Amino acid sequence: MRFLNRSSWRSTQISGRLARVAQMLLVACVVCFSVGATDPQARFNDLGHKMMCTCGCGQVLLECNHVGCTVSGGMRDELTAGLATGMNDSLILQSFVQKYGATVLAAPTTEGFDLVAWIMPFLVSAVALVGTILLVRNWAKNQPQIVHAGPDGKVRPPGIGVEMRERIRRETEMD
Amino acid sequence: MAAFGSFALLIGLALAAYNLFAGGIALRLLAVGGPARISPERLAETARRAGIGGFAAITAAAFALSWSVFHNDFSIEYIVEHSNIALPAPYKFAALWSGQEGSLLLWAWLLAAYGFVLRLTHKSDVKLHAYAGTILAGVQVFFLLLLNFAAPPFSLVRGGIAPADGNGLNPLLQYPEMVIHPPMLYLGYVGFTVPFAFALGALMMRYPGEKWIHITRRWTMFTWMFLTIGIFLGMHWAYAVLGWGGYWGWDPVENASVMPWLTGTAFLHSVMMQEKRGMMKSWNVWLIFVTFMLSILGTLLTRAGLVSSVHAFAQSSIGNWFVAFLVVIAVVCIFTYVLQRDHLKSEHRVESLVSRESSFLFNNLVLLAACFTILWGTLFPVLSEYVEGTKTTLSGAYYSHIAIPIGVFLLLLTGVGPLLAWRASSFKSLRRNFILPGIAFLVTAVVLIAVGLRPWADEGVFYSLMTFSLAVAVATAVASEFLRGAAVVHRQTGKNYLESTVLLVRRSTRRYGGYLVHFGVVIIFIGFAGYAFNRSAESPMATGDKIEIGPYTLVNLGNTQESNPNYDSEFSLLDVYQNGKKVLDQPMAPEKRVYAVNGQPQTMVANHSTMRWDLYVVYEGRDSTTGLPIIKAFLNPLVMWIWVGLVVVVFGTLVALVPSLSPARATVAVPVPKSGSMAAVVGVTGGGD
Repeated sequence: MRFLNRSSWRSTQISGRLARVAQMLLVACVVCFSVGATDPQARFNDLGHKMMCTCGCGQVLLECNHVGCTVSGGMRDELTAGLATGMNDSLILQSFVQKYGATVLAAPTTEGFDLVAWIMPFLVSAVALVGTILLVRNWAKNQPQIVHAGPDGKVRPPGIGVEMRERIRRETEMD
Repeated sequence: MAAFGSFALLIGLALAAYNLFAGGIALRLLAVGGPARISPERLAETARRAGIGGFAAITAAAFALSWSVFHNDFSIEYIVEHSNIALPAPYKFAALWSGQEGSLLLWAWLLAAYGFVLRLTHKSDVKLHAYAGTILAGVQVFFLLLLNFAAPPFSLVRGGIAPADGNGLNPLLQYPEMVIHPPMLYLGYVGFTVPFAFALGALMMRYPGEKWIHITRRWTMFTWMFLTIGIFLGMHWAYAVLGWGGYWGWDPVENASVMPWLTGTAFLHSVMMQEKRGMMKSWNVWLIFVTFMLSILGTLLTRAGLVSSVHAFAQSSIGNWFVAFLVVIAVVCIFTYVLQRDHLKSEHRVESLVSRESSFLFNNLVLLAACFTILWGTLFPVLSEYVEGTKTTLSGAYYSHIAIPIGVFLLLLTGVGPLLAWRASSFKSLRRNFILPGIAFLVTAVVLIAVGLRPWADEGVFYSLMTFSLAVAVATAVASEFLRGAAVVHRQTGKNYLESTVLLVRRSTRRYGGYLVHFGVVIIFIGFAGYAFNRSAESPMATGDKIEIGPYTLVNLGNTQESNPNYDSEFSLLDVYQNGKKVLDQPMAPEKRVYAVNGQPQTMVANHSTMRWDLYVVYEGRDSTTGLPIIKAFLNPLVMWIWVGLVVVVFGTLVALVPSLSPARATVAVPVPKSGSMAAVVGVTGGGD
């Protein structure tokens, strides 16, 4: 049977609560991003921000509104037409790449080597995050225990009680 | 003057080389002991004095270049390329760092100036300063080799015949901030050499104790502050001059300046763990090594043309020098670390996931993840060209998708970290510390959704909502820390709350200065969050025409042209109305300049800035069919908050740099039994950190 001391129990309880809060936040995020995802206006907005205007202004398609641009209006119409035909987002983007070349995309594609551009930062962050959590947990588990032994060799309770230790910690906590 | 400048640079190189070799030999003799023909202490002292002399030599070279610019000495090629007779005086001064050779000279001069201060203050720890001074001399030798042989600023014009006038300064650089933005940035970049030198020196000499950390931390804070100012001045310059309505374009050179800032920020946080608990020693040493290497990498990116950038004016072939230098630094760091790593054993380990130490670890993790993301994005075009044969350029959209979530998480940690206790946080203390910020977060989110923000409709709005809510939560957390501390001081001293707060800050400047910096960061993030709500409108405008944007109506009073010896300009005069009332006494005057000397155009933005938003107006040029000026107006919410936040960050850093009040001491007479005449002196701690 495994007994948890008071601080371990507390820390387990805190970890459990934190995990629940994290789960709730994750669900909230998923809901926020899911609602409205199929709305044609939202899709137009989303796709329009994934492409660049090819007139040479260097702006995102829906941001390009300079006078005399002969390209962005036509591209927006093509986007609206693509959405009306019922094509999915990927096919619409592909049709634009076929017509205007890969430079029409505001960000790398999610295929081939371009996929690495997206994955790498998240992969490195995730590995570092998991590694750090495991390391800290391992450190926390393997803390050296201080044992107070009396003259007869029997283990004695520490000289300072839990309350006193809490008070010392509180009162010496400066930074 | 060219000969004088060149000679001064040669002398500077000789002195730096002497400092490096004599200092190195002296330190080796001190380390191994044994008999020597010359006392190592005396040799080290001559090396130190050579370093001071080097500062004088490089100052003379910098003076020679400035003098030549002001006297229009067009026999020097650099001055032909970067100045002309009609150039206003402040920009002649700025010509020193507007080209490659000049900016390298500025780097060398600032490094020499930092070294000068370091060598003058050597008495606080002679041996450590000797190590740091020698390492600094090694870096100085590299830059002086470049200046003497690869990029000499005093090269004479080809053919030996000086032209009557120069080509002038790049118009983009003819803006007041250009006079101070590069020096600030360089003070930051170059400044990181000093903590690097101390860290490497302390590791080489197996420095006992943590004193080097105290010295390094102050230098790092100082240089971090300048780098922060430099980066934000650059943002403001881009905002005011480039005329595209934004302040950050994820240009490789902008990215290069942020990377050492991120690792330097990580160091400033994690070093507290070493000071408090003797932890993370290897980590801290590597953070400062990497920060310095990233400063050099930034210079490499600016100089080598490795990636395309708006800073292309600084490209050249000296990239190979920087690559070689980076390799040398990496080898020296790795070699020293491997030899001395047993000296960096941690005294303690993190005891709980929910503790101040853990929050620092995660803070470091997020900062380094952000740094890696930016480095990855910056170098990806090079990688994709190598792998696929085509350069895939990553635009702002890529960084927005990746860097914004990281930034929001960082903001969260800014609030969470200071609320956690060292070692482990009890549930009770968590509840006590987090309840108010948690409520503030939820209330803000609900209120913002109630007033019309729809986080599910747009990713940008979602992140803005998160940022606003977190910002209020973090500000609440910071304010509650101040209030709680002030209440304790109020109870102790009976002073009013304002005086108690001031005393509280003075007792622990570093802690509360840090909180002020966090508060400044919160304000900056609020400014960033406004970006999601930017609007713009554009139209050709004849006299009397109007543009509507947000609550404003811009009415064109007329279009005018002006000329002076430096440039010709065209501009429109626009009255601004809000609800039928005139908002500004003077009309706005967006302008387009064309410089006489090289025919290059430049946009001068007209900006009416308030805490709510900026009305940012650009004169884009003339419509090719109608000949009318095209005016583009942007309404950029909350931009002012970014600049206000910077001021708060700088103020907080300055507060943190001020030493805390010394612990108060009182003499208390204690009657001692038997003798009855003696008094024991008891020290009473009154504060400090």
